[in-house]
Amino acid sequence: MSIARRTALVGVGATPYYRRGKSLPQTMNELVCKAIIAAADDAGLSVKDIDGFAYYSGGFDTPYLMETLGIPELRFSATVTATGGGSAGAVGLAAMAVASGVAKTVVVVGGNQQAALRFGAFNQAHAPSPEGAFIGAAGLIGPGHMFALLARRHMHIYGTKREHFAEVALSARGNAIGNPDAIMQKPMTLDDYFAAPLIADPLCLFDFCLETDGAIAVIVTSVERARDLQRLPVVVHAAVQGGERGWGRSMYWMNMPDEHFLTSGHGFVARELYAMAGLTPADIDTAQIYDHFTPMVIAQLEDYGFCKRGEGGDYVASGAIRYEGGVLPVNTDGGQLSCGYIWGMTHIREAVAQVRGTARLQVPDAQFALATGGPSNLPVSAVILGR
Amino acid sequence: MTDDIAKVPADEIFELVTDRWTEPFWNAARRHVLTAPKCASCGAFRMPPTPFCPHCLSQELEWPELSGQGTVYSFTVVNRAIIPAMEATLPYVPAIVELPDAPGVRLVSNIVDVPVSAIAIGQTVRLRWHDRADGVSVPCFTF
Repeated sequence: MSIARRTALVGVGATPYYRRGKSLPQTMNELVCKAIIAAADDAGLSVKDIDGFAYYSGGFDTPYLMETLGIPELRFSATVTATGGGSAGAVGLAAMAVASGVAKTVVVVGGNQQAALRFGAFNQAHAPSPEGAFIGAAGLIGPGHMFALLARRHMHIYGTKREHFAEVALSARGNAIGNPDAIMQKPMTLDDYFAAPLIADPLCLFDFCLETDGAIAVIVTSVERARDLQRLPVVVHAAVQGGERGWGRSMYWMNMPDEHFLTSGHGFVARELYAMAGLTPADIDTAQIYDHFTPMVIAQLEDYGFCKRGEGGDYVASGAIRYEGGVLPVNTDGGQLSCGYIWGMTHIREAVAQVRGTARLQVPDAQFALATGGPSNLPVSAVILGR
Repeated sequence: MTDDIAKVPADEIFELVTDRWTEPFWNAARRHVLTAPKCASCGAFRMPPTPFCPHCLSQELEWPELSGQGTVYSFTVVNRAIIPAMEATLPYVPAIVELPDAPGVRLVSNIVDVPVSAIAIGQTVRLRWHDRADGVSVPCFTF
């Protein structure tokens, strides 16, 4: 039994995106509940219809949410392991629960509040571990330091340039400007990019995603039931989580064989995803690509087959990912670089908007939207959503 | 590009914990011996040390002494403190170093005591120990 085209996203809810710490004094659970209530409203359902919860990155406290929102019955509660790599995978988890008949109405929720835990110094937030010593001893404090090591190798082997990273950042900023949800509204030029401080050379400030607070929830149900609800069903054509041992713990390992080190770790998921959907890269109308760091957008464009291995830099330089004139508009809301960082749920939200035809920067006649989870330790994940 | 000299990152940002599989690496380091775990059954190196050889699933290990020669596989120059403890030792240069006498494994380390602008992928480097106040010795590399 495949989960392809068995389920649909029928409701999306989000809190505003706040700069880090500015969501206080609201609690994290409060933000999560606001997103769930908004998602149920969007679907034309009651929150009390929810009978399942799917998470990633540790998830949330299901019985607390039931207690708070008055949700009477629970048939499914599960979390994709690892970190932001599982955002799209949590949609797949919900699809599995619904397609199998285990649950009927599953909410996927992601959220973060970085006043207490700043992701930029993520490694300092965890207790020291024996395997972590082989990273920590070198002063790799945050993900930016680690992805800088991958980025420089990509530059060295393939000739990828900082101008290519800049193009990812400039495209995202252009899309964010005018989006009322987006944090960043100031135009950015190439000069602005190169004037920014190099935080972890070759990565500068604008290669890093934002640090924001907020929560996003989406509701998954069967395609049959979705047709009776108020919004255009957004069908889950494919949802895959996983990866290969050669990527493994990736930036917490740094011993990936060459053929994996130069990627985003998504090649395996990409192949499985297209096979499940019966689609090819040429069928994808817009891609919402997890953008914690600009070089990982380029590596994902390669892994998902939009260009050849090593040609991601030239691909973005051609204008391919721009909303205006691009063959594959990417991160049309401004992405995590310029709109808001909610651990990849922003990409799911924008992919839904594109398929519904309600995006602010709407890709004309968008049939299929790709949304990916973060290149990180396995599992990584992705979904193809469509009409 | 800056011509600052690459420093050793502050001791305070790292606290060593070990388990029975990683302990031999750090015990050897205290004696200024660089080693890496090598499967005693099939001869494959692995890093970091884990309880089983991923190739043959043997648990038997050898810990050969390595020459301390290395090649820079990739590196980053850290120029900005994201936690206060980093301030005093900027810039520092985390690097992935390939070890020619432990084929197939890489050490995540630091390049130290050279101008940061001189560091390049492919550069040959040699071992330099950093002895910390807490008794832990950390392998670094220099030209």
